[in-house]
Amino acid sequence: MMRIRKGILLQDPRFAIANREALYTLVLAFLYFAWWYLTAYGLGSSPVEEYSYIAGFPSWFFLSCIAGFIVFSILALLMVVFLFRDMPLEKPAGDGKGRMDHD
Amino acid sequence: MRSQPEMEREEWTMTDYRVVAPLFIYLALVYLMAFYSNRVLSRTGNFLEEYFIGSRGMGGFVLAMTLVATYTSASSFVGGPGVAYKMGLGWILLAMIQLPAAWLTLGVLGKKFAIVARRINAVTINDILHERYRSRAVVIFGSLSLLVFFIAAMVAQFIGGARLFEGVTGLSYNTGLIIFAVTVIIYTTIGGFRAVALTDAVQGCVMMVGTFALLLGIIKIGGGVSNIVTDLKAIDPALVTPFGPKDFISRPFILSFWILVCFGVIGLPHTAVRCFGYRDSRSMHMAIVLGTVVVGFLMLGMHLCGAFGRAIIPDLTVGDRIMPALILKVLPPYMAGVFLAGPLAAIMSTIDSQLILASATIVKDLYLNYINPGAGKKGNETSRIHRLSFWTTAIVGIIVFAASFNPPDLIVWINLFAFGGMQAAFLWPLVLGLYWKGANAAGALASMTGGVASYFYLVIYVKRLWGMHVIVPTLLIALVLFLIFSIATEEPEDDVIRIFWGE
Repeated sequence: MMRIRKGILLQDPRFAIANREALYTLVLAFLYFAWWYLTAYGLGSSPVEEYSYIAGFPSWFFLSCIAGFIVFSILALLMVVFLFRDMPLEKPAGDGKGRMDHD
Repeated sequence: MRSQPEMEREEWTMTDYRVVAPLFIYLALVYLMAFYSNRVLSRTGNFLEEYFIGSRGMGGFVLAMTLVATYTSASSFVGGPGVAYKMGLGWILLAMIQLPAAWLTLGVLGKKFAIVARRINAVTINDILHERYRSRAVVIFGSLSLLVFFIAAMVAQFIGGARLFEGVTGLSYNTGLIIFAVTVIIYTTIGGFRAVALTDAVQGCVMMVGTFALLLGIIKIGGGVSNIVTDLKAIDPALVTPFGPKDFISRPFILSFWILVCFGVIGLPHTAVRCFGYRDSRSMHMAIVLGTVVVGFLMLGMHLCGAFGRAIIPDLTVGDRIMPALILKVLPPYMAGVFLAGPLAAIMSTIDSQLILASATIVKDLYLNYINPGAGKKGNETSRIHRLSFWTTAIVGIIVFAASFNPPDLIVWINLFAFGGMQAAFLWPLVLGLYWKGANAAGALASMTGGVASYFYLVIYVKRLWGMHVIVPTLLIALVLFLIFSIATEEPEDDVIRIFWGE
């Protein structure tokens, strides 16, 4: 039995923002996966004799593990600075359990 | 007499005060923080919230550090580098899968988790499940599986810690275990969550310093990165490939770690509980960035030590001994003591968070919900809750401590299932409970019991499925069960929907 229709339930606007932010973190994780996979297996699958090197490390390793770490730390910073919103987390005053008053 | 010089070389660390002194200074600091937390606790108005979640007061720095410290355990400092020693750079590639752990746990559970937890005054993970599913069976199954897995995992961590202590200081296993366990149990019991989070923050810093010093020492002794990589290639060219010797790190295998140590981590109760323990949204933002940097640095640094260690000490047969061996070879005694504090810190910070949550589960989820629902509501009963909480923490700690002297086979066996088993039990009930209105008690219960049961079955009888770790099919089964049972049964009550979605 469907008792709750979308129109009747007033959604907390903070949840819309929170949902969007949760989605951003998932997208960032998938981007990191792509970076990690493509650099490691794109460059690392050739025979060892043909490896190139960056700063003494094999290129695949430098790009996937060292550069990936730095790039995605910076992306995480950009994500929270530009995409995340500050919001109060507390329950509104006088609303003991977060339920609607006329309940 | 012939072996005299050798014996001396073996023994220079034996109770060498230069190694042990930094360790004791560090332990003293930990006790200080416990007493500070205990003073905060004695002034608080809401005992349960302060003792079990630190009154949700964690700032960004402490949040990031406690999240990372809780997450990095004995395996990151001893087991992982030990495998990297044998597998080379490919194992570091595997370890770096953990980089998104901080932003994923904080981000996916997200601010919604923190807001809802405040609405219902949640202190434990099962508090969330209790309000969301309104089901005695879900909470009891959740509480019991949490306790069983935590106890097994804590025993395993104690054993790892005591062995490491033995290996580096030369003191006996039992001495190490006593010093180490007594410290953890005391500071957790008297200080509660605040002490756990504060000591975690210090422990996180100690881990960073230790990792940095060891890595620098290794690169210096090995004559620079290029030289070390050349040495590794000479030992076995496969050590510098993503695949490892004999193609051990196959692609299905490494890809399944994206589930086991990255996405699945969202479901670990002791990290999830931190995701509603922070003060405000700014703390969370800062912790996402800082946590990512710290996790990345520790994983990269520790595993690189293990892999490069092969070029410095090429002839070890047991990989687990590489870290103690490197510490003794590379670092001066004072630094060895500081470094030893690093892995011990990793271990303590995992045990303390499991200990406080285990205690919270017994007091809050089982005792106050089902055994004595009236307790704590009346003013004169609150001191009973205080005593009960202290004693529960201490007794769980002592049980784990006692089990570590002569670990029962059953506990060692259960620990094999702890990490994945917790994900099987908690990942979907938490995530779907937050984001899917249709999620209900029948679905959650089917998913938790079916998930845990199939994980045990798969680990024992199947081991690897098409080259993948069995956590992948387990979480799929748990998801399907959740969906089928939720759709087939009634939707949750209006009241639940209002708390989790409404204004």
